[in-house]
Amino acid sequence: MLLLLIGASRAYSNNSYPINSPYPYSEASKNTLFSHYDEQPKHLDPARSYSAPEQVFISQIYEPPYQYNYLIRPYKLEPLSASEDILAEYYDNHNNKLPTAATNKIAYTVYTIKIKQQIYYQPHPAFTRDINNNFLFHNLDKKTISKFTSISDFDLNRKNTISTRELEAADFIYAIKRLSDPKIQSPIYGFMSNYIYNLTDINKLLLVDNQADKFINLNDKKYDIDGLKLIDRHTYQIKIKGNYPQFIYWFAMNFFAPIAWEVDKFYSQEGLKAQNISMDTYPVGTGPYMMTVNKPNQQIVLEKNPNYNLKTLQGIYPISGMPGDKEVGLLSKAGQKLPFIDKVIFNLEKESIPVWSKFLQGYYDSAGISSDNFNQAITVANNNFGLSEEMQEKGVKLIRAMEPSIFYWGFNMLDPVVGGYTEKQKKLRKAISIVFNVEEYINIFLNGRGKVAHDPVPPVIMGDEDKDKGLGFNTHVYIDKKTKKSLETAKQYLAEAGFKDGIDPKTGQQLIINFDAIMSGEADESALFNWLREQFQLLNIKLNIRATQYNRFQEKMRQGTAQMFFWGWSADYPDPENFLFLFLCKQGKVNNNGENAANYCNQKFDKLFDQMQNTNDVQAKIKVINQMIQLLQDDSPWIFGLSTESYLLQHAWNDPVKPLTIGNNNLKYRSINPKERVAYQIKNNQPITWPLIIFVLVIMAILLPVIISYYKKTRNPPSRI
Amino acid sequence: MWRYILKRLMFAIPILLGVNIITFTLFFVVNSPDDMARIHLGAKRVTQEQVQQWKVAHGYDKPLLVNNAETGLKIITNTLFVDQTIKLFMFEYGVSDTGRNISYDIKHRMWPSLAIAVPALLLGLVINITIAMLMIFFRGTYIDNIGSVMCIVLMSISTLFFIIGGQYLFARTLNWFPISGYSEGFLALKFIALPVLVALISSVGLEVRWYRNLFLEELHKEYVNTAKAKGCSHSAILFKHILKNAMIPILTTVIIVLPHLFLGSLLLESFFGIPGLGSYTIEAIHQQDFAIVKSMVFLGAVLYIVGLILTDIAYTLVDPRIKFE
Repeated sequence: MLLLLIGASRAYSNNSYPINSPYPYSEASKNTLFSHYDEQPKHLDPARSYSAPEQVFISQIYEPPYQYNYLIRPYKLEPLSASEDILAEYYDNHNNKLPTAATNKIAYTVYTIKIKQQIYYQPHPAFTRDINNNFLFHNLDKKTISKFTSISDFDLNRKNTISTRELEAADFIYAIKRLSDPKIQSPIYGFMSNYIYNLTDINKLLLVDNQADKFINLNDKKYDIDGLKLIDRHTYQIKIKGNYPQFIYWFAMNFFAPIAWEVDKFYSQEGLKAQNISMDTYPVGTGPYMMTVNKPNQQIVLEKNPNYNLKTLQGIYPISGMPGDKEVGLLSKAGQKLPFIDKVIFNLEKESIPVWSKFLQGYYDSAGISSDNFNQAITVANNNFGLSEEMQEKGVKLIRAMEPSIFYWGFNMLDPVVGGYTEKQKKLRKAISIVFNVEEYINIFLNGRGKVAHDPVPPVIMGDEDKDKGLGFNTHVYIDKKTKKSLETAKQYLAEAGFKDGIDPKTGQQLIINFDAIMSGEADESALFNWLREQFQLLNIKLNIRATQYNRFQEKMRQGTAQMFFWGWSADYPDPENFLFLFLCKQGKVNNNGENAANYCNQKFDKLFDQMQNTNDVQAKIKVINQMIQLLQDDSPWIFGLSTESYLLQHAWNDPVKPLTIGNNNLKYRSINPKERVAYQIKNNQPITWPLIIFVLVIMAILLPVIISYYKKTRNPPSRI
Repeated sequence: MWRYILKRLMFAIPILLGVNIITFTLFFVVNSPDDMARIHLGAKRVTQEQVQQWKVAHGYDKPLLVNNAETGLKIITNTLFVDQTIKLFMFEYGVSDTGRNISYDIKHRMWPSLAIAVPALLLGLVINITIAMLMIFFRGTYIDNIGSVMCIVLMSISTLFFIIGGQYLFARTLNWFPISGYSEGFLALKFIALPVLVALISSVGLEVRWYRNLFLEELHKEYVNTAKAKGCSHSAILFKHILKNAMIPILTTVIIVLPHLFLGSLLLESFFGIPGLGSYTIEAIHQQDFAIVKSMVFLGAVLYIVGLILTDIAYTLVDPRIKFE
């Protein structure tokens, strides 16, 4: 079998190329990046996709009007398909233009976006038309459609045809209108309809019109609304209610990326869905890459979009960055046209072991580190994390990045025991916060990959330098940034809360707190639960863990029956508002089905939030944010938990990269040296054949006496009865 | 025979209906349509109105089993259960809750599953029966004893160990095979070799012991004594008489598993990156995709029934004494 394999492998590859390579030599030696994904993308339609694993793909294909600068930190918006910075104009109730956003008179805001000219969509059958402008693939019959199994099956190279078209401002409006289509079920429709004028009108119209089961062109005048206005071929306006300064960040998300009506029309053809060809499987954009293969349970392939940077400069590598970027080689490609990689092959890998092995063999260009492999990859000396000797010998590089997310242990503020706003009630939560050893949690369960949070805003969103002196840490729980208040203090707080020595005066028994957890099925789940119980035991509080499936957990949260819980939030955009809004009264999960899982409600906080929204001055805004943080630290609706840190390993043949933790369109900046990769693969994967010889000898040694015995036995017939 | 088959197929209808009722009830006891909507719409910023619209769009807005708002037969027919079940009997699986065509996915995913399962089954049959027969041939000798001990050792080791060990030894240390992956056509050989090898090794212990016991049982039957009395050789008794008579239980087992080969192996496919059907149902359960869950359970039940009918037919072919009644 092995010989057969060697033969088969040699037949299609370079002679010295390893037989255990999952790819042919012809692919490995090209400018192709090999990557992996562990979760099949459910939706690739930009109106539907909201999860990180899906964004990895569509962010390379679609280009919304704005993006985050690849090198500048803190994150800064810059035009992508837009040609200039966004223009925001504010109006009062009488349609008078206001000179500034710093006022509470704003009735509505109008954003004007100008897009670059001469941007072209990727080649796609939706655009294929002849010289008379007749679309070739818009009215296919079922029989013809049944022959197509992939988007690559459509012939785009017919004579006198064209398979692209220029990007227009109308496509952006079309995409926003699609968010309201009940057929599409966009997760942000509800949210956007609160802001964009009359978006709900389209939804109502479509609820009726969709019943006809035919393609609906949302460019039709019938679907024009006050909130979306086409100014000219390359300019459009969005009108939103009131003042929502963070709305600009939504322009950097794929929900606001352009959709051509032709694409919608093409995919609406009956029969294509049955072949799994839809906007959800083959997205169509103007970005640097296009999806050519989508077998979600096996492999997804992105290839360079030949129309990118074709007639206008859509994307170049940044020419400046942060201090130190040049020294680490991040500016070596400054000003060059993007993208650098021709093809990206993503393989589905559900288990971490094959990923790690393939990375070590050189068959993946980069990989994360699972807890199983942490000790092999990383060494810890004096609390500093570095690459192990083995990794250093292989030339592997470690890239660390703080994630813009927070994980916290929350108290249900509506609960009579752990909730409430009196000093007594706050003291219970503070006592628990003091004994809760988040540092230990990070070390045990995250291999040290995280940073203790002192407030809800992750450091990558708002650094300590912006937080007031003394408020870089939670003064209610810590003595200084690293030292917690003593156990005695916690016990004193507990006594002041009315639970002296952990005894509930109502029952005369040990205080019992219920902790609602999500069953993960992970190997360390029971260790985690034991660890949690130990934290509370320090105060002689009994923790009752109620582990359920995620949907039951969510139901409990909606009903407010949970007492304590663990949850997280990942940033949509790099603004403290995106974390502070989690504490607004109107966001209360129980009363308003919002995102405020702790059901925290403090009018003072809400007022400060409004003040923050209406403040243009950066310093004044920071001051208000600090006041809000102070209030939260005092009320302690959360044990503020932690922000995680991602560790990425890259082989030496990868050019330096800077982690882009918000936005995901970083593939276009990556570059590799395939020759170096092939050399590494050949060096590290030569088959060891001597065990095969030993194996054959051992088998012969076993079989020989058996054969001899067999012949001896067959020569003597069985004894007669 | 045809009458018998038809009768068995008619019996299959209430069985399949029962299977559907159980699947439907179990699924919706754990997941409400609201839960399903929330899983599909994502964790952020979802409103109750959107949840309702999702349910309407996917047909989950109807009552589960009884529609009290209707009259007459519609009390039963205008329900989620009937909507979701009737089409299955025409083998129309529809689309998953994420919008993918289930029939298309099943058709495409069954081939990689078969690519591992068929060679593993056939090679396993040949190798395991051969080893079992050798052990019987040398019963009571050191070969039989060592073989039996090895079988117990192999049986005691979990498949996961064989998979991880196999990947480490053959793919990472000796560099003979790719660790995981899949390719269509001739190149698939390179990717299926290691999973097939692992499947073979992990099946040896259990199957050899089972075949050995089968042969041992036959060995003590009277026709063997008659053959010995006639002076037949050891090999003739073993290969001509015992093997032939042991074919009934062997065939029964093999034929009953044949339809299930389509459904693949969860562990093997997951670790070796084989895009088969093995993980399809599990993924659907995780994603609370009822459309896939019900289709796969229905398909599994149909294949099981087909397997049983085929086994009955095989009985009559192997043993002429057995007649259809």
